[in-house]
Amino acid sequence: MPPTSPQAPGSIRLDRLRGSMERQDYSARKITALTVNPGCERRAVLDAAGIDKSGLAARLGPTAPFGQSPFAITRQRAFEEQLKANGYAELITLLRAELEVPVAEAAVADLNTVGENAGWWPRAGETRRLLGAIAADHDARVILDHPVLTLNVAGTNAYLVPDAVSHRIGDHLYIVVIKSFAAVDGQADAGKVAEAAKQAAVYVLALRSVLSGIGVDPTLVAEKFLLVLPKDFANRPYGRLVDLRQQLDAVRHQLARLGRVEERAATLPPEATLDLSTDPRTGHPTVGTDELVHTVEALPHLYGPRCLDMCELSRYCRDAALRDGDPAHLGSVVRDSLPGLASTAAAYALARGELNPSAAQEEVAALLGDAVRLRTLRLAGGAA
Amino acid sequence: MSTLRVAAALEAAATGRAAPVTTVRHVHLADRPLVLIPLSLAGEACAPLAAMVGTDRDAPVLLTVPNPKDRTDRFHFAARLAGHVLPYCETFATDTESYEYGRGKARELRERSTDAPQLIVPNRAGVGFLRLLGRSTRFRRTEGPYAVDPAVPRLGQWLSWFTDQNEFPTSSLCVGLTQMLTAHWATGQSPTEDAHLPALMGWIDPPPDTDGPTAARQAEDPSRFPPAGPTTDPVFDGMLTELYTAIGQASSERRRAAAIRQLEEQLRTQLLPTWRLMWRGLDLLEERSAGRSVASRWQTDRDRFTGFAAYVADGGLPQGRWEHASGAARRLARLEDAADRYASERAFDDPLVMAEYELTGEAVVGVVTVANPSRTVVSSSGRRLLRPSLTLTVPHSGRLRVGDEVRSPARTGQKAEVLAIRRTEEGPYEIDFELSGGMGRSQRPPPPPGTVPELGDEVCYTSLSVFTLPAALPDDASTPWTHGGPPQPHAPTDDDANEAWE
Repeated sequence: MPPTSPQAPGSIRLDRLRGSMERQDYSARKITALTVNPGCERRAVLDAAGIDKSGLAARLGPTAPFGQSPFAITRQRAFEEQLKANGYAELITLLRAELEVPVAEAAVADLNTVGENAGWWPRAGETRRLLGAIAADHDARVILDHPVLTLNVAGTNAYLVPDAVSHRIGDHLYIVVIKSFAAVDGQADAGKVAEAAKQAAVYVLALRSVLSGIGVDPTLVAEKFLLVLPKDFANRPYGRLVDLRQQLDAVRHQLARLGRVEERAATLPPEATLDLSTDPRTGHPTVGTDELVHTVEALPHLYGPRCLDMCELSRYCRDAALRDGDPAHLGSVVRDSLPGLASTAAAYALARGELNPSAAQEEVAALLGDAVRLRTLRLAGGAA
Repeated sequence: MSTLRVAAALEAAATGRAAPVTTVRHVHLADRPLVLIPLSLAGEACAPLAAMVGTDRDAPVLLTVPNPKDRTDRFHFAARLAGHVLPYCETFATDTESYEYGRGKARELRERSTDAPQLIVPNRAGVGFLRLLGRSTRFRRTEGPYAVDPAVPRLGQWLSWFTDQNEFPTSSLCVGLTQMLTAHWATGQSPTEDAHLPALMGWIDPPPDTDGPTAARQAEDPSRFPPAGPTTDPVFDGMLTELYTAIGQASSERRRAAAIRQLEEQLRTQLLPTWRLMWRGLDLLEERSAGRSVASRWQTDRDRFTGFAAYVADGGLPQGRWEHASGAARRLARLEDAADRYASERAFDDPLVMAEYELTGEAVVGVVTVANPSRTVVSSSGRRLLRPSLTLTVPHSGRLRVGDEVRSPARTGQKAEVLAIRRTEEGPYEIDFELSGGMGRSQRPPPPPGTVPELGDEVCYTSLSVFTLPAALPDDASTPWTHGGPPQPHAPTDDDANEAWE
């Protein structure tokens, strides 16, 4: 349920790129995906411009099948509802157990809507007001349910909504992340925990940025977050504080690198647009596919197999990588073992002695040449 | 990844077809493997959705769960799965052979099964799912509230044991097919994509008139090539949701039965393509002859099976939730040994794998240009010993140094010591070796024919060592106090079996 609200004044250039379509907002997931592949300017610009990437991918050709199973969605919802039932009793119990707070209860501020309004602005405003109150009062026991935080990502305002922010405990506020993958015998899928931690790091940075904005010391936010998971094979919640210092450094670093998205967008021709709308009378797209391709191609991409799990445009970029024989499509290990070689075809030709190596390529060409020679020899049943 | 594998990946990308990275098969293939394709319910920790199982490629058995949210239904599914896994395992326990274990005074006669079960699942994720299924079933109670069929906890013990074995590269007891295939072929796609069985098979065995990349691309369309599980396609899940609703809301027993039939039909359609791919994949592996060490590794597998089958038959307790420190240390040591053993045996069995060590300089291959089979030396005690010598002409000297002890895959029982390394004027290197052992009992020249390399032979020498049994770590009782002393044996508690049942 994407809330609708007047958009903060953003970059005119990026808005123009989006055209008449509604803006797709940043989420913590999108930002962590950006940090997975920070060198991809294509994705950085598309996200900053709020473009509907799956809609764009569908226009460009092959699409990546993304989507959550209805089973998974039902389960996540049921788990969250259970945690928040009876005045958040289960969540408060977890906070008490994990953070050793001798407090039986706490108030909860539901920030899913403010009044009847589910828009970003009123929710972000109310979040700021409550945070100010918590900062001023050491004993404030208010849990924020789905507060709206703002963070400047690559020159654009991102609205981020953590599951909850704990009440003030030992002079700290904690980000709470609720996931529905299980912790069996105290162990959860390491990859999924890492992903949750990265998202939490984004929330911590956003919360700090909001606090700084209202003149509160940002170190009020803890460098740990409470991860809540179902325990073993049932739906009982299980919580653990997870250290975030490493992820905070990583996300901060990557966000800084994302910095110059607007500059990149400015290099596009002024008339370039990725408007995906259709003419209401004819039903035809406003912008032709050729033009879309032209604009997308003007944004440099950096394909890697990990993109397949997280980016709607991954199939499109993979096709290009295949066409160009970019070694990255074979995975980072192969790519890293082919320094100075831009294409698999060239690498293969060098290895077979069909191409003369440049001075910089001599070493890798010799090694590959030996490998191909030995392969041929041993496959033919040559000795040893 | 070795340079040799990179070269194979480049070849696959260039030719549009998977390139072999071995000349022999390094995994044991059972005559009668149990093929098992589990599907899981998305979003839940370990809820089975369905499975296809069997030892006969023409008679797959489909197991389904009419209501995957219902625990009673889930454990009923586990009981039916046990009805296939347990009898299969039991058939291997009866036929045994005796063998001598240990040497000298410690020598004893032991029994082991002549064959062992082999569980084949599509991929590593399938193994992971079975591990969880094992954990969720092995502590179940067979009496009292929420009692389950006695076969359920026993299935849990077996699945936990099978999936444990999967961590050992030397073991063929429980393997994911994509693991086996990628160990023998390199494709022109990434390891991430190789984990998808239909795409991987597309590269190795593309349908006629098409090539690897095309077949792999087509395999990504879940409506034509359902995923090999355990994760299902979200669109397919959407259809299942409707069917489950229809089953739940059926107004009569007849309608309910019809809805269940429809569900089973959908699940069969979803699982059959993977089932066929699995057997095709096994056929492709079968086409390669087994490497020399495969049988001895399978023998270790048989030993382990025999031990565990006896433990279970004696009513052994389920594996604990956590391994204690000394057990974990032993396990880690065994894993390291297994990795070393697998690496060196593969190289000794397969010249194409040995070529990886040639590239890194840990092996040299060359022609014998000087041979002195009858050379003798005088030992420090004054005895005359047969120590043939030979000179190998090789293009590179690799990383061999004078004094290194090396072996040849052709004669693993024979040691060779590097005596000298010279660079010739024309460019190649000459390496002198002194040989000892592997020449029978006679200490008098000449050595029996065939026991030492001859002039003109092409020979490989490597500093890789032939695997020898590692030193055993102390058993539980001798765990030193620095490591907590002897651990308490695992005793099942009520807590193990306690689980919300809603």
